[in-house]
Amino acid sequence: MFWDALTLQLGYNATLVTIGATLLGIAAGVTGTFLYLRKRALVSDAISHATLPGVGIAFMLMVLLGGDGRALPGLLLGAAVSSWIGLLCVSWLTRFTRLSEDAAIGAVLSVFFGFGIVLLTVIQTMGAGRAAGLEGFLLGSTAGMLFNDALVIAGGGALTLLAVIILRRPMTLLAFDPEYAASRGVNVGRMDLAIMALALAVTVVGLKVVGLILIVAMLIIPPVTARFWTERTDHMVLISGLCGGLAAWIGASLSAVAPAMPTGPIIVLTSFALFVLSLLLAPNRGVLAVYLRHVRFQRRVHMRQGLLALAQGQPIYEAFTVRLLKRAGLAHADGVPTDDGRARAAKALLDEKRWELVRADQAFESAAALYDGLRDIETVLTGDQISEIDQRIGGPQGVTA
Amino acid sequence: MSGEEFVPLSLTPMLIGVLAAVACALPGNFLVLRKQALIGDAISHVVLPGIVVAFLITGLVAAAPMMLGAAAAALVSVVMIEAIRRLGNIEPGAAMGLTFTTLFAAGVLLLEQSDTSSVHLDVEHALYGNLESLIWLDAIGWSSLLDPLALMGLPPELGRVVIALIGVVGFLWLFWRPLVLSTFDESFAQAMGIATNRLGVALVMVAALAAVAAFDAVGSIIVIAMFICPPAAARLMTNRLEHQVAWSVVFAVLSAVFGYIFAGYGPLWLGFDNAVSAAGMIATVSGLILMLAACCAPHRHRSGAPVA
Repeated sequence: MFWDALTLQLGYNATLVTIGATLLGIAAGVTGTFLYLRKRALVSDAISHATLPGVGIAFMLMVLLGGDGRALPGLLLGAAVSSWIGLLCVSWLTRFTRLSEDAAIGAVLSVFFGFGIVLLTVIQTMGAGRAAGLEGFLLGSTAGMLFNDALVIAGGGALTLLAVIILRRPMTLLAFDPEYAASRGVNVGRMDLAIMALALAVTVVGLKVVGLILIVAMLIIPPVTARFWTERTDHMVLISGLCGGLAAWIGASLSAVAPAMPTGPIIVLTSFALFVLSLLLAPNRGVLAVYLRHVRFQRRVHMRQGLLALAQGQPIYEAFTVRLLKRAGLAHADGVPTDDGRARAAKALLDEKRWELVRADQAFESAAALYDGLRDIETVLTGDQISEIDQRIGGPQGVTA
Repeated sequence: MSGEEFVPLSLTPMLIGVLAAVACALPGNFLVLRKQALIGDAISHVVLPGIVVAFLITGLVAAAPMMLGAAAAALVSVVMIEAIRRLGNIEPGAAMGLTFTTLFAAGVLLLEQSDTSSVHLDVEHALYGNLESLIWLDAIGWSSLLDPLALMGLPPELGRVVIALIGVVGFLWLFWRPLVLSTFDESFAQAMGIATNRLGVALVMVAALAAVAAFDAVGSIIVIAMFICPPAAARLMTNRLEHQVAWSVVFAVLSAVFGYIFAGYGPLWLGFDNAVSAAGMIATVSGLILMLAACCAPHRHRSGAPVA
């Protein structure tokens, strides 16, 4: 059954919803990347909460005009207008008053949301039963979605994705170096607004699927996940879109199989699972990789200290060092060096002396800058340079009586 | 309106609203100054999973386990934000957004999957609260305020909000100087021997206490609004912290009182029959106050900014 849903075998509507959600997830992941790189991830929180009054007002207007209050395009239009106003409030508060952006975001999201709740209670008293669909905007529901609704979502997701693809160059420039972007002729203010508008589009389109409280997660979690895997923006955009799309696809499929399961939370939790996997397992920035790197570093320090101690005939008290040396076949369990160990220790001591000279000599300044206590000198200097230093150290000399 | 109607139906909800608003606005002052305003947002979202888990474990819809669950969830979220931020080297805003949405999603999923339909526990309730239902049925008029028997029948939420408010005030009173120092000049506070990290966590925990007690009575919307709007408006009124705190209390009380009145009686004045959500209206009024302050408060501009 679940496999059927994943492979889009569950009827026309479920298929459309799944495709729509996946497109939305990709669009959200891609847009969110720029939001995250611009360090404005939480602005999406204000955007999403600010949609609620618009939904309420649109519903009331449509009912007053004699139409069906639940027509999705109208509601989404209202949501877009009111969250645009919320966005302008955030940037106005940040720019013209002394309030910082986080306070502005918090104020806008709570006030707009509170006002939205007031409107919802008004609607509940207007015409009993007709407002039933509006609560779905809080947490999202794909159950009972109409064909036209699914079409709107799929179309909106695709359009947003297209806009991101067109604008990706200036947005990348802006995310990393606004001044440089301005000097290249990018209108920074307008491009910032464009990023926000794209986030807004994703939010509005996603309202019906995941709800306004959780759409934030679709914009934030995939970029954070993607950041673990790469140091390049273009790759990050791709990975983020992939994560977002994957999470939405799995989430929508699961909820198509079990209609009682709300789509939004499942998509978010799938997304979070991907994040945790990346946090632990990512090759360079992941927790496991960092831990392994730390352990390797620790071993190298112990090894070097052990070898230097062996070379100078000092006893080694550190049990871990002795174990390392023994495992490498350089020392016996009691800390006495093997022949191999003696050779390596002598080399370590010689390298130490070489480094000492290198660091004392202005001519080797650039090489000396690379000294960190562990680096092999052969990786920094050429053979000729090393033999030049060795000449300065000099060989063993006879002792005059 | 007569006392016979006002005391049982409106006095306690209004009082609870005011106390909850003040309890949130007080720590909110420091959160806003420390640029941690959205911690309040995060806490109020994660209260839901805390309450659901407490219910699933104990099977009771009682105040004590739920408050404990909510407080535990707040602690978990703070630890999780910090862990994600440090382990993953992720900027704080994104770590916060990631944490609270995930915990909230988990709470919603647990709620939908478990058999909680028989009890009064749902997402809408968590968001809006039920301020209007906290009535005092034993009261018959103003004289009931002196009647010990009637006082026994006060809604228990009132007592919890009072305790939370006392806790918040006590914390601020005890740690006022170190809090102020670490808020404005963290390095100096450290040099003076103040454990700034621990103080920061303590502040967040106190905010969580206020949030949980207020949440129980009034829902999470007010909590976020009261954490941020009154202190932010107060910030625009003055350059002195003591005055800012006083202004924020005034604004919180004004929002709660007028919000409640507009929600309960406003629609009647306009000719409708039904009241609207008091929690939502209180948040709206606090937003209007902030808007007024942003337009004409004396210290609304950044110091040094050109006067337009």
